[in-house]
Amino acid sequence: MNDFSLWDILRNLLLALRWTVVLSLIAFVGGGLVGGALLFVRLRAGTVLERFIGGYVALFQGTPLLMQLFLAYFGIALFGVDVSAWTAAAVALTLYTSAYLTEIWRGCVASIPKGQWEASSSLALTFGEQLRHVVLPQAVKIATAPTVGFLVQVIKGTALASVIGFVELTKAGSMISNATFRPFEVFSCVALLYFGLCFPVSLYAKYLERKTYGRRA
Amino acid sequence: MEFDFGAVLVDWRLLARGIAWTIGLTAIATLIGMVVGVACAWARSSGPLWLKGIVGAYVELIRNTPFIVQLFFIFFGLPAAGLKLTPETASIIAMVLNLGAYATEIIRAGIEATPKGQIEAAVSLALNKVQVFMRVVLPPALKKVWPAMVSQIIIVMLGSAVCSQISVEDLSYAANLIQSRNFRAFEAFIIATLTYLALSIGLRKLLNWAGPKFFFGR
Repeated sequence: MNDFSLWDILRNLLLALRWTVVLSLIAFVGGGLVGGALLFVRLRAGTVLERFIGGYVALFQGTPLLMQLFLAYFGIALFGVDVSAWTAAAVALTLYTSAYLTEIWRGCVASIPKGQWEASSSLALTFGEQLRHVVLPQAVKIATAPTVGFLVQVIKGTALASVIGFVELTKAGSMISNATFRPFEVFSCVALLYFGLCFPVSLYAKYLERKTYGRRA
Repeated sequence: MEFDFGAVLVDWRLLARGIAWTIGLTAIATLIGMVVGVACAWARSSGPLWLKGIVGAYVELIRNTPFIVQLFFIFFGLPAAGLKLTPETASIIAMVLNLGAYATEIIRAGIEATPKGQIEAAVSLALNKVQVFMRVVLPPALKKVWPAMVSQIIIVMLGSAVCSQISVEDLSYAANLIQSRNFRAFEAFIIATLTYLALSIGLRKLLNWAGPKFFFGR
């Protein structure tokens, strides 16, 4: 039987780590785009669409990400499209991220005093101009810290893609652990790699939070 | 494309048993996890320095790794180190550790918001350290952070779907079992998902009611 050194394990896990990073980035960027679009619609539209998007957010926040992944995996297949684990994971995580981000950003926009909207509209700015020159510059400042903080959730969320067979860090860990019979070392390494990926992001989010709100007394 | 939800609902007994497991796991994990959270929050805000360090490391380690990896480490990793656990025990331990870490941070935020004057007033009434914490600091702290706590408990409940991966027979396990029998995967997961949604709405209502009633008064 082959013997695996700790370095063999770690090297293979590091190779799988890049797929975790890629999937996180796809979900984060895709989710940001969809979330931004939803935010725009939400600010612009009447109560019906607003409610609809509210329901969308509640649906994704009130159900397990695992079920969302399964639904994407089996749901897209219903349209006769051959889905890979890649597509399903990317779609599910993008939608999941968009629901959370649009809600976070909505809160940030809502925290901008109403007078700012009123003042800018009294200056005859259009809705787009109001957003671009008055509201968003202020909202973005508040939104940065929680958005970066949510990136940690996205990275951790990609671990669930292993369940539908997407080979990222967690799946690679399971496979290597099955091959080496050394689950303790393997899953310790997997956990440490996630920690190495997420902890700096968490620290950065905390730093941004302090920068935005100042240190609490 | 046609749907056959009846084929899934026929197995309602399986679903019901799954729901019972999901609720049971969540209930146990919530109760123990809150105790862990309160204890660690106390340690982190007024314990000795070495304890603060340990609790801080625990909180950061849990918060920056995925729940599924924590679960796999406990269920697959620990037996190799000599600690064998049933899937159910492993799940409860993982959920408790997970909720405990988040609860620590949440409750600590509430504790830190306690005005100093209240503690001084309590001390001047000759309450001892434990009494001050349990009767003066903790109840208003819990009240302040209860909405965040409720959200976190719901996140843990939804996260418990992952426990099906180590063959705990919870709701998502039931959905998986049903779809493996009748190949109605989409219908089975739709029903499971909607059930989770209903559970999280119900749990939020329950906790919003139970919090003021049992933990911190009106």
